[in-house]
Amino acid sequence: MEYKDYYKILGVSRDAKADEIKAAYRKLARKYHPDVSKEPDAEARFKEVNEANEVLKDAEKRAQYDALGSGWHAGDNFRPPPGARRSDHFSDEEAAQFSDFFSSIFGGMGGGRSSRSSGFGGPGMHADPFSGRGRDQTARIRISLEEAFKGGTRQLRLEVPEIDAQGQVKMRARTLNVRIPAGVTEGQQIRLAGQGGAGLGGAGQAGSAGDLFLEVEFEPHSLFRSEGKEIHLKLPIAPWEAARGATVPVPTLGGTVSLKIPAGSQSGQRLRLKGRGLPGKPAGDAFVQLEITNPPADTDDARAAFDALAERFKSFNPRAKLGV
Amino acid sequence: MAETIITVEGVILDERTVVTLTELTRVCGVSLDQVRLMVSEGMLHPLGRAPEHWRFTGVEVRRTRRALRLQQDLELNLAGVALALDLLDEVEHLRSRVRCLEQQLGALSDAEGPG
Repeated sequence: MEYKDYYKILGVSRDAKADEIKAAYRKLARKYHPDVSKEPDAEARFKEVNEANEVLKDAEKRAQYDALGSGWHAGDNFRPPPGARRSDHFSDEEAAQFSDFFSSIFGGMGGGRSSRSSGFGGPGMHADPFSGRGRDQTARIRISLEEAFKGGTRQLRLEVPEIDAQGQVKMRARTLNVRIPAGVTEGQQIRLAGQGGAGLGGAGQAGSAGDLFLEVEFEPHSLFRSEGKEIHLKLPIAPWEAARGATVPVPTLGGTVSLKIPAGSQSGQRLRLKGRGLPGKPAGDAFVQLEITNPPADTDDARAAFDALAERFKSFNPRAKLGV
Repeated sequence: MAETIITVEGVILDERTVVTLTELTRVCGVSLDQVRLMVSEGMLHPLGRAPEHWRFTGVEVRRTRRALRLQQDLELNLAGVALALDLLDEVEHLRSRVRCLEQQLGALSDAEGPG
């Protein structure tokens, strides 16, 4: 397993005082909290920071960690020294939310001390000791705009800790086929009742399972951008289509539709296609932003056509408003 | 590792999903008193006057869960959580504005003429 440099993770020196460790931890916890941070590895960093703090804030555990020596580097292949005494601060179940490295030093049977954990994507495995209800879990799910439009099924693999008949915590793989309701929007959460952590007391007993919350993210789309239920699209049109008006095909999530461009349109103007956004009650609209695109002037013929235009519109100054 | 496959359908937590006070406490694992405090702090805006008539939207279910996580993980007090939630809302709004404006700007290219 990999050696973890807890001092490096918190960005403090090996002789840092308790208050320095606390300040460094607090700062990083705020920075990487999955509800606050948008960094893709925020969850992993948050867990790492919590693990480092769990060890370094406690004088006894810190001493135990320091006893491994300072010759290690992060990522080194670590094997616990033979006969290393495993501390009994954490139950196996609690240690399971931290790394193997952590468990090899501190994991042991016994203690029932609670440790804090983020409910987000994180361990969230302990059943509530009072109600026996399983913990809620949160996961992110990344879908395409097309899936959001049509709805669909996504397979989700989850690892859930379970307490087996021998009272041991085992990770169990579960595959969920999740139906994505049509019209889901970015950032929304889908609640799957009873699909979170298992409750205490086994099947048929008082403890019900927790819930699973899926946070929806959209994959970037090559044509469309979504904003809530609205869909935005840039539509290239020819100068004469803008000047004279035209009916042109426009791609939407539901298929190609015809759009009437009014005569005298300009670049940047936006047209609304009512109800052509993501479905719902009411459905969102699609917005089309016009973008006048010139044909290339790469032949004598084409250049002559532009020259004729210039000749015809000699008095036209597109920059009149700028005073130049 | 044993493996089981099940198909499930969820509920989108949006404005159209509505829950009662009791449901909110159950879904979020929060006490009635905590919800009352969050309402009085202006973090949640239920429909209905008296707590027994309160109705919360799916968006508020999400907000409540987020508030609880921040409170536990960062050891914030309620006013701190309320401020964090407001700022996070603002950040989300600004981020989407930035995305929108960046898209409108399109690709920038250097175009400086001589003299």
